Amino acid sequence: MDLISELTQYLISGLTSGAIYAIIALGFTIIYNATEVINFAQGEFVMLGGMVMIAVDATGRFPLPVSFILAVSSVTLVGVVFQRLAIQPVRRPSAITLIIITVGASIFLRGVAMLVWGKDPLGLRPFSGVSPIAVGGATLTPQSLWVLSVSVVVMAGLQFFYKHTITGKAMRACAFSRRAARLVGISVDRMVLISFALSAAMGAVAGIVVAPITLCGYDVGTMLGLKGFCAAVLGGLGSSPGSILGGFLLGILEALGAGLISSGFKDAIAFLILLVVLFLRPSGLFGPREVKRV
Amino acid sequence: MPAFFRHHLLHVSAFALLMALVPFMVTSRYYLNLFIFIGIHTLLTLGLNLLMGYAGQISLGHAAFFGLGAYTSGILTVTYHVSPWPAMGAAVLVTIMVALVIGVPTLKLTGYYLGMATLGFGIIVNICFRELSGITGGPSGLVGIPPLSLGGVVLDEPRYVYYLIWGVTLGALAVSLNIVDSRVGRALRAIHDSEVAARASGVDTARLKIWVFVVSAAYASLAGSLYAHFVTFISPSSFGFMFSVKLVTMVVVGGMASVWGAVFGAATLTALPEVLAAFHDYEILIFGFILMVVMIFLPQGLTRGFLDLAERWRFYRRGIPAAKV
Repeated sequence: MDLISELTQYLISGLTSGAIYAIIALGFTIIYNATEVINFAQGEFVMLGGMVMIAVDATGRFPLPVSFILAVSSVTLVGVVFQRLAIQPVRRPSAITLIIITVGASIFLRGVAMLVWGKDPLGLRPFSGVSPIAVGGATLTPQSLWVLSVSVVVMAGLQFFYKHTITGKAMRACAFSRRAARLVGISVDRMVLISFALSAAMGAVAGIVVAPITLCGYDVGTMLGLKGFCAAVLGGLGSSPGSILGGFLLGILEALGAGLISSGFKDAIAFLILLVVLFLRPSGLFGPREVKRV
Repeated sequence: MPAFFRHHLLHVSAFALLMALVPFMVTSRYYLNLFIFIGIHTLLTLGLNLLMGYAGQISLGHAAFFGLGAYTSGILTVTYHVSPWPAMGAAVLVTIMVALVIGVPTLKLTGYYLGMATLGFGIIVNICFRELSGITGGPSGLVGIPPLSLGGVVLDEPRYVYYLIWGVTLGALAVSLNIVDSRVGRALRAIHDSEVAARASGVDTARLKIWVFVVSAAYASLAGSLYAHFVTFISPSSFGFMFSVKLVTMVVVGGMASVWGAVFGAATLTALPEVLAAFHDYEILIFGFILMVVMIFLPQGLTRGFLDLAERWRFYRRGIPAAKV
């Protein structure tokens, strides 16, 4: 394979995983904007999405779209319950408290998934066809197309929600200033709940579409969550377009690094990028410079 | 030092005496091993507690420093035939260097960013243990690490190892108590409450945070070396994210900002999996649950939280309105 087609191949796989990272990054952003909480359990929503989808599909009773809806709605429910039971009761929320709580929730959900589905990773059948499509010397699987198109739909849907629905506008108001939002009669508590539900649902979608490409096991969440966070920080925490760009950028850099340097260090590349961004420009590539308030 | 003698000498000596008697009461090899692991985990928890409990800086990658200690000791003794004690010293130095290089940029971050950065650091180190197989033995690990020896006696009997490890741990406990009661300890707590206020009252917060980070990394490195020479076999899976989370759980249960609490947290969470049969399958579930529940209801940690509750109850019975805590 010549260099050009090799690079095309890396680009394709980078875009595919980048789309996943972008959706997960958006999940972080939604919760961060509504509550200024970083949810360390974000990756577990992705894992749960994949696992529930596989379990529902394995019953053989439902067509894929129905399983999809069932999986997404059950993970959304988990997100809602999580917010109500673990986040809302915290009396004096500080960063360290919420980090520990969400880390605790993350490994708790992992433990539950391990008990329910065992330790071995499971696969999901591709949504349609398996014969690869040739693109300029490289190949593209139909599932990659699914990943890309679903993520575009999700991103567009989110933009529509933010710009053109009353709830979406209220959420943007919350992100701008919670106190001001409360003063104009927006129920901030409800917006926070919706943000968790939305974030969980998006995580689940990411987990479902990627399950046929990579296997899904109880322990995939931490890694995916971290990479989603990496993408969110890369693009500037709190910015939706930033999250999307950060996701694709991370996916491509990671695919190039894995292909050209070493596949064993693939995961280390993402974290190296994360550390470099955090050290040099914590506001990300597109985020505003942070002003510290005392 | 005088403060130490005034306040703690009695407690530490009593505790040391108690621990010294354990090998006479516990004859089973299995339970003696359990006490050895409690010692190692206590050493780790004491260090992380200084960083997390006192200075309020979270580390989700502390297993990396434990691993660096273990691997440096292991590699130097197995591959380069260095004798164990100098290897252990070198391991502490290597870990301190790494902690400095990582700590200087990392500790400028606060809150969530600090959590993610330490988490990322821990994962990178773990990947290095796994992938640099030429040096570390890769996923299958490093075997044949020699035991330590002291004055011509090879410490390969659990009972000897027990005294060695608890000796080191008690030393670290005394050092911790001393730090906590000193000017530095008060400055650390000031950082915990408000970094800006601490800086305004003249605390060099940046330097102090790095200092406490390095101290806690050195504790972890020491624990790692002792662990490696005790079990004689190490592999990357012992130093992963889950272990970092376990250490955080021990600190949280121990009560964040209580030196004796750290001992309690380490002992409880090391013994619990052994005492409860079938715990193993539920291990991560239970650890996650403990973390969530303790932090939701007693954000100051289990020990501190209970002490606060007890205090309020005393006030309540005497009819004094409880102070706002």
